[in-house]
Amino acid sequence: MPNMFTVSPDFPPDHISGWYIFNTWLQKQTGEAIHLEMYNNFPTQRAAIDQDKIDLIYANPFDAAMLVREKGFSPLVRPVGVTDEAIIAVQAQNAVEDVAHLSPGIRVAVTEDPDVRLMGMIMLEPGDLDNSNVQAIVCDSYILIAKQLLRGDADVGIFLAEAYDNLSNIIKSQLKVLVRSQISVVHHSLMIGPRLADKKEVFQKLLVDMNNDEKGQGVLKSLGFDAWIRVDDEEMEFMIDLMDTLNT
Amino acid sequence: MLDDMKPEDITGDYQEVTLNLYDGAKRKVLYTQIETPYPDGKLIVSTTDPEGVITHVNQAFIEMSGYTEDELINAPHSILRHPDMPPAAFKDLWDTVQRGDKWQGFVKNLRKDGGYYWVKATVIPNVRKGKVVGYTSVRRKPSRTKVEECIRLYPTLF
Ligand SMILES: Cc1cc2nc3c(=O)[nH]c(=O)nc-3n(C[C@H](O)[C@H](O)[C@H](O)COP(=O)(O)O)c2cc1C
Repeated sequence: MPNMFTVSPDFPPDHISGWYIFNTWLQKQTGEAIHLEMYNNFPTQRAAIDQDKIDLIYANPFDAAMLVREKGFSPLVRPVGVTDEAIIAVQAQNAVEDVAHLSPGIRVAVTEDPDVRLMGMIMLEPGDLDNSNVQAIVCDSYILIAKQLLRGDADVGIFLAEAYDNLSNIIKSQLKVLVRSQISVVHHSLMIGPRLADKKEVFQKLLVDMNNDEKGQGVLKSLGFDAWIRVDDEEMEFMIDLMDTLNT
Repeated sequence: MLDDMKPEDITGDYQEVTLNLYDGAKRKVLYTQIETPYPDGKLIVSTTDPEGVITHVNQAFIEMSGYTEDELINAPHSILRHPDMPPAAFKDLWDTVQRGDKWQGFVKNLRKDGGYYWVKATVIPNVRKGKVVGYTSVRRKPSRTKVEECIRLYPTLF
């Protein structure tokens, strides 16, 4: 049975081939047979984790607690300089300038990305808004959130900051950012499961050194990353505790 | 041990009061009516050891409290204790986290310059290999309605 690798379903669509290239690189470097399985959404990925099918995962920070505390995963690396931040945006002509001016009952466009949604909802709290008094409109992508706002079908959008920044200038000129998070410590990470635990150091070293040769650099580029940096257990525990406080 | 607050650190007109802290220590605090608004989009994070002595703070904590990192690390967390906060709130905080549960509440904190800032705080025990090694508090921006409720409620809890 090959080892099973999966990627948090919120990866940018243009990186899909990058993950397959990365998996080929990883198999060659480690000598392990690794099958990459991409799931379309979080529930199907979580079901696979639950059934102990997964050995390696590029995980959303929201799932890290479950992976570490219930499934015995441990962190390997995270991409350098990439953290998850959220943005609250409205249509540019909207008179609202502050989250505090938003009213209960508003329509909030979100994706299923669990960490971004959580951070976004926390940024709506100063306006006395929470899951009980807003209407969530779940969209398949951040572009679709922007479209909902532009069409007036949603009042507020919760974006991954990176995805917002990558929207075209024409779209951004019709939107207005109310809040941008500056949390800095919430990030995706590559994690290794209990069946591969004895290979942890080998994997970690290969990944940390990956940007030192041209081949590795090319593979990283296809993922949109500059390099991997080691994540130690305490850094991961700290992030899990932080996510835990936010999830309350 | 916490030093008394010093008049030269204070910005604006201030009042003076001596707080009786949990460990029997006393601290003279100087406080003004100047509020610093909570910074949008940021979390204020600190970690303590099991006794409530600060072991880690993030940049937002340093900026909002007005202390340097050196002044904060190894200080008891009551360095931010504001005289308007009812002792019952902190008793509830400690009782809750020592049971192993999460505590959430609205806290008025005292800055080094005598001013204050309101936060919505969540405190959790840090469990490592089954042992509590400390506590982490993550603060977020509170809603004005909730803060106003606390401004009415807290004076009745003394
Ligand atoms: C993780 C953590 C964070 C805390 N943060 C604060 C804080 O921001 N402000 C504060 O006044 N007390 C805070 N406390 C509570 C203090 O330890 C202390 O109980 C409180 O200031 C009252 O002082 P006293 O217990 O000496 O009476 C915190 C405690 C913990 C464990």
